Amino acid sequence: MSPELLNALAIFVLAILVGFEVISKVPATLHTPLMSGANSIHGIVMVGAMIIAAAADTPVSYALAFIAMVFGSANVVGGYVVTDRMLQMFRRREAKVTPEQAETVASSEGN
Amino acid sequence: MSDQAIYTFVFLAWLAAAAAFVIGLHQMNSPATARRGNQLSAAGMGLAAVVTFLWLLTPGNFIRPGGMSAIAIAIIAIGFVIGGGAGLWMARRVAMTAMPQLVSLFNAVGGGAAALVAIDDFLHIAGTEALTLDTSIFVVLGVVIGGVTFSGSLVASGKLQGIVPGQPIIFPGARVLTGLTAIVAVGGLIALALAAAGLIVLTIEIQLIILALVTAAALIFGITLVLPIGGADMPVVISLLNSFTGTAAAMAGFVIGNPVLIIAGALVGAAGGILTKLMADAMNRSLANIMVGGFGTGDAAAGAGGPGAEGGAVRQIGLDDAAIQLAYAQKVIVVPGYGLAVAQAQHAVRELADLLEERGVDVSYAIHPVAGRMPGHMNVLLAEANVPYPQLREMDEINPEFSRTDVALVVGANDVTNPAARSNPQSPIYGMPILDVDNARSIIVIKRSMRPGYAGIDNELYLNPKTGMLFADARDGLTELIAAVKQI
Repeated sequence: MSPELLNALAIFVLAILVGFEVISKVPATLHTPLMSGANSIHGIVMVGAMIIAAAADTPVSYALAFIAMVFGSANVVGGYVVTDRMLQMFRRREAKVTPEQAETVASSEGN
Repeated sequence: MSDQAIYTFVFLAWLAAAAAFVIGLHQMNSPATARRGNQLSAAGMGLAAVVTFLWLLTPGNFIRPGGMSAIAIAIIAIGFVIGGGAGLWMARRVAMTAMPQLVSLFNAVGGGAAALVAIDDFLHIAGTEALTLDTSIFVVLGVVIGGVTFSGSLVASGKLQGIVPGQPIIFPGARVLTGLTAIVAVGGLIALALAAAGLIVLTIEIQLIILALVTAAALIFGITLVLPIGGADMPVVISLLNSFTGTAAAMAGFVIGNPVLIIAGALVGAAGGILTKLMADAMNRSLANIMVGGFGTGDAAAGAGGPGAEGGAVRQIGLDDAAIQLAYAQKVIVVPGYGLAVAQAQHAVRELADLLEERGVDVSYAIHPVAGRMPGHMNVLLAEANVPYPQLREMDEINPEFSRTDVALVVGANDVTNPAARSNPQSPIYGMPILDVDNARSIIVIKRSMRPGYAGIDNELYLNPKTGMLFADARDGLTELIAAVKQI
């Protein structure tokens, strides 16, 4: 394997470990927004779609790149907007909490 | 600026985006920072997209020396407007109850895009020296994982939406077909890898045909993977497919040699994996068990004949009785389940809770980890109805409180309240953590009929002398209860 690929593999493995670490700390309450948020992140494939669009030189390649671009952008934009919609409700709800309740929430979250 | 310097900046921007994804996910740990985290992640995505686009315009980029063509620019711009517009429209108008199928749909397009990137790259490099052994392996992996996610997520989304029947679908020869697709995929991988390594000679045409076969096999495999799984298990499946999509994006990253795709894809792959395991654990089921499918077909009912399952009588409770019990209780715990989500009754349940609180009743909500369609889905639904956050209590926290509770109001929840999970080792749900609703002094169950939940077994709770059944649609039942409480 080439040195570039070995580097890429190292990055891949470390990113997986980071993913495990970051996720395992999330409370169940936020699992749905989290799934949705993670879902938007794999929309990064849109960047891949841009790159194959730039490299394309046949009608077939252009067509594939176009579909990939449509798919990727739907994933990115839709994913972030719907996650934000969900999280907005969490915030609004918190704003209604009395200071006393907020304290209990804060302390229970600290555990 | 030299081309290399420009690329250094592009690379650093990609790295910043990757860091934004990690930090953003980390901030989604707590409700207080979650929204900021998502926005940070979105900003990272925007940065990566804009910088990539600008870089591809520069003459010195190594993807398309001289800068990308006008057609490529048009493809990116029009593709973004169409795809982004569709995504925006769906994300804005989707009802919160339909969230899981939308996530599944985004999984499908994400996986599809990853597969297309891999296929397109293969079209470019087939027959050239750029097609090395490792690239061909990553191409096939990207196509297979992306293809399975694409078709599997569409089926999962269709099941939740009701376009595809929710029951497990098992057709004759399904296992043979699944096995066949696996053989085609593995065989294709081996053939293309050997060809890339120069060990066998395949013409470009044959290699493309093999890749087409592998793609078709992956699409069929995705369908046969999800069809036999019951609708109630879809959250776990969607989470698994989310993880697959991330992995497919990472494979696409390997194919085109892009670090940000690799990092973001691996991150999501790991995240989805953990989440899937948490969900399966909450249902006390192994992932393998879920993927084999067929749960809830009725064969599970064989385990229902345990002690106490027969002989009891179901007691119905009138609206006024139920209203009086609730209105004069000191402490009420609401146990919402999927039935509440289906009936869109989250606003009604909140109105009833407000009414009771005005009368001085202490109201809280017991949220089982798998209530709703996905972990935390019930929290989202209740949040949408403005239920105050501190009233939502997780299972471990609220279970000890049931014994001090006057009335447990079960709305559209079934298996998560079944005492058989604690007492009957023959029961298919034995060992699943449940809400100890039966410890409450009295129990009111709003339910459409005696129909069993997805596990396909009877619920002993309904035969408990403390339990009163109020047969109604969740929303209608709650609306009538509200009216009855107002009259007291």
